[in-house]
Amino acid sequence: MHYRESAAKTLRSFFYTLPLMLGIILLISLVLAVIPPEMISALFSGGPSDSLIGAAVGSIAGGSPVASYVIGGELLSAGVSLLAVTAFLVAWVTVGLIQLPVEMDLLGRRFAIIRNALSFVFAILVASLVSLVLEVLAA
Amino acid sequence: MKKALKPWLFLFAVLILYGLTGLADAGVAVRASERSLGILLQVMPIFLSVFVFIFLLDLVIRPRTVMKNLGAASGLRGWVIAIAGGVISAGPAYVWFPLLSDLREKGMRTALASAFLYNRAIKLPLLPLMIYYFGLLYAVVLTVMMVLASVVVGLLTEMLADEKVDEFQE
Repeated sequence: MHYRESAAKTLRSFFYTLPLMLGIILLISLVLAVIPPEMISALFSGGPSDSLIGAAVGSIAGGSPVASYVIGGELLSAGVSLLAVTAFLVAWVTVGLIQLPVEMDLLGRRFAIIRNALSFVFAILVASLVSLVLEVLAA
Repeated sequence: MKKALKPWLFLFAVLILYGLTGLADAGVAVRASERSLGILLQVMPIFLSVFVFIFLLDLVIRPRTVMKNLGAASGLRGWVIAIAGGVISAGPAYVWFPLLSDLREKGMRTALASAFLYNRAIKLPLLPLMIYYFGLLYAVVLTVMMVLASVVVGLLTEMLADEKVDEFQE
């Protein structure tokens, strides 16, 4: 067993990642403090572009799904469509613009950009499919 | 500039942003700091356990094992591990970037790394909360769709990201 090499490698990785993680947490908190849920719900118009807006808003901060459920629940109560709220929920956990520099640094620039772009498009696709399936099941 | 310094400069820049925000509106900076502390307390145990996991993986698992279970020839087993790992893993996605980086160095398929991150959207312990807000049927349909979408997103990421590796580097 090579305990020393593994420990040294892990510590190097830890001290490289720690400031990145602290920076992301601080940035996400700042964005969420600047943009309260009431401001988010005001962005939706009730039109077909709402799913795009939902995915775009969800893509900015990202983070724990719990926060997205709470905000999503508030958006639903405020009259925002389920399609838009689903796009928001999916983008919230699969896309992360704030964490993109860190993802690029640790997992590769090309991987991070392509993964986030695809996840954004799929947030809208998944939201549309979920709404369609729920409509069919309800009929 | 030394690569090891970049993360600290990033943190320093964010702290300056907090300072500027505090000058403009102290209330926003305080709210953001309090929220940060809450997230940090929540995330730190997971973050530390990820590094214990990385240490153990480095110690015990050889690149050949990663190649076999998560590499190009891992097949259905690789997908099941990636999807289940994404669903089981706790905390925000960025906590898991170092582990995925380590596994990719050891031979993990790009598609499986992407699928792992996509499936972080499904959190079994949080399902009751999702059902509370959106209903059981919605939670089931969304969960199934997310698993299916993770495979498609994973394959597309691999197809596009593994090709012409240097294009974005230039």
